[in-house]
Amino acid sequence: MTTEPITTEAKKVRNFSLLSNRAGAAFLTPAGLLVSVFVIVPFFWVIFVSFTNRTLLGRTALNPEFVGLANYLALFDPATFFQRGQFGFSLILTTQFVLASALIGQALLGLLLAWLIQTVPPWIKRLTETFVIAAWILPEVVIGFAWFAFLDRDAGTLNMMLNAIGLPSGDFLLDQPFWVIVVFNTWRGAAFSMMLFNSAFSSIPPSYFQAADVAGATSWQKFRDIAVPLIRGHIVTNLILITMWTFNTFTPFLLTNGGPSYRTELVSIYNYRVAFQDFQFGKGAAVGVIMMLINLAFALVYLSIGRKKKAPGT
Amino acid sequence: MASVAFSKVTKSFGEFKAVSDVSFDIGDGEFVCLLGPSGCGKTTSLRMIAGLETPTSGQVMIGGEDVTHFHPKDRNIAMVFQDYALYPHMNLADNIAYPLKVRGEAVSKRHARAKEVADVLKIGHLLDRLPSQISGGQQQRTSLARALVYPAQVYLFDEPLSNLDAKLRLEARGFLNHLQRDMGMTAVYVTHDQAEAMALATRIAVMDQGRIVQYASPIEIYRRPATTFVANFVGNPPMNLVEVEATKDDGKLQLKADGLTIAALPMTDAIGTALAAGSKLTLGIRPEHLDVAGAGAPNTITAPLFANENMGPESLVTIDRGEGARVTARIFTDDHIALGETVTLGFAADHVHLFDSAGKRIPEING
Repeated sequence: MTTEPITTEAKKVRNFSLLSNRAGAAFLTPAGLLVSVFVIVPFFWVIFVSFTNRTLLGRTALNPEFVGLANYLALFDPATFFQRGQFGFSLILTTQFVLASALIGQALLGLLLAWLIQTVPPWIKRLTETFVIAAWILPEVVIGFAWFAFLDRDAGTLNMMLNAIGLPSGDFLLDQPFWVIVVFNTWRGAAFSMMLFNSAFSSIPPSYFQAADVAGATSWQKFRDIAVPLIRGHIVTNLILITMWTFNTFTPFLLTNGGPSYRTELVSIYNYRVAFQDFQFGKGAAVGVIMMLINLAFALVYLSIGRKKKAPGT
Repeated sequence: MASVAFSKVTKSFGEFKAVSDVSFDIGDGEFVCLLGPSGCGKTTSLRMIAGLETPTSGQVMIGGEDVTHFHPKDRNIAMVFQDYALYPHMNLADNIAYPLKVRGEAVSKRHARAKEVADVLKIGHLLDRLPSQISGGQQQRTSLARALVYPAQVYLFDEPLSNLDAKLRLEARGFLNHLQRDMGMTAVYVTHDQAEAMALATRIAVMDQGRIVQYASPIEIYRRPATTFVANFVGNPPMNLVEVEATKDDGKLQLKADGLTIAALPMTDAIGTALAAGSKLTLGIRPEHLDVAGAGAPNTITAPLFANENMGPESLVTIDRGEGARVTARIFTDDHIALGETVTLGFAADHVHLFDSAGKRIPEING
């Protein structure tokens, strides 16, 4: 009888916090230091470097000078902006790449696949999901090499298959480099969209579709009138995420090195070439800052939509 | 409108037979209730009429046509779902008019028709609301409106009232009854509520463990339940069942059980057949046919009082015969009934039902 009230009192004192504020702060410090050393400091460092003419070698390697907006002005110089191998060219290329491989390729293909596997028997659905996830969890470098081997002109699997059915070989990496990286990125990322849309479709009560079946709706009408409107939030989230990821992706470099003659040089690859192949750190940092700003814009759109979704709540 | 028929329909889910070898006919314009406890196969049967499930074997006919392997959209049916299945992103007008939209009707035309139906169901003023902005009863009527908005051969109802509270359920039940009188629709209605089935159906199919136990009019099911299962399922409270030991004595049937006195019944051929199979019979008496009896009455059952519930127009008096075997009398009086420790309930001999040792009804024991 006497112990019971004491235990209940002890519970009240605890008040859901596991540690005191001081102990919590002590545990957070190491992680906080690591984050600031590897994330926050480089973030400001890149912004600082983008205003200098710092290089790897030469006079400006040790004594970089403050050049103001010169790096940015050089990037946006109207005379060279659209030339191959320049910033504008690679920005436009990246936009095309995002439109073709992320929005049309990954999202549309993922949506279509997710819709199709709703109606198949459960074991086919599970098998498809397993394969799709397997393709998705493979490391980038492995995938890059596998695709390189697949597309090789002389001993590539694709050409061997084409020859077997009597079609001529092609040098895809040289002739169609842009479409190669588009197909590659679609293949690489459709799994994510498919999984996301698949789980979104699964969250719709089956009676919605059954009611539509009974009412006489076709598969396309169910897709257009019920499925898509009900997962609109998932679609927006997915589009923004894959746009950001595709905008920043570097993996196509493993296939084409950004070439031939800059034809697959996405902004991330352009950034890498300027900073770590041409060793113009100042200019490279400026490209990095612009990419950060573009990502920031995407992130703000994403956050504002996320907030809007919660606000009405009806 | 059209007739519906099941011919030797079986539906298995793996090892489990949800519906086994069921056959029945539903006439044009009939309102048939499939009644039974959870898992008896009634919803599966309904879904096979709708085409949402395909029978493992057997045939489903609508309007004389074999539709066993037809897609739901090709069956020209309408269905009301238990969870209503209203589309949360469409307002009521669009929800109700959706079947017309998929048929390619113009917006103005289909909204006019939705308004017509909604007015009949008294939700016409809510058409621009979303389903989340209306009450449960209004949602139920919206899903009913969506089923009524286009002409269908058969209307299917999957426990449409089970999510409503008691008062709304009574109201909706009355409305459905009125609608059936008005439209004369062919309807199949699944419910586990025997009162709903009794009130709405022209015929009731009582189901148990994937089979139809009895398929008859509500009155017939009430008056002559085919088995102890039906007797126990229909009626509120259900029929009292008393296990009795039967003996043939002097050409008459003597029934014995603790606390029971009953005048000997005349022997019939049917009783003779039942006795040959086993002498343990079940005596059935409906609660409304029992009353508190004075001493010396001919047909009585006596046991200690268990409960005495006054409910306004009627009282339920329950006596406990031990081991959970209770007998309830439904007595129509708005007075409190004063009772002692032990109560004797009396009944008339012509209100007695007898079931054989397998639980099947012994016919015509009262001539």
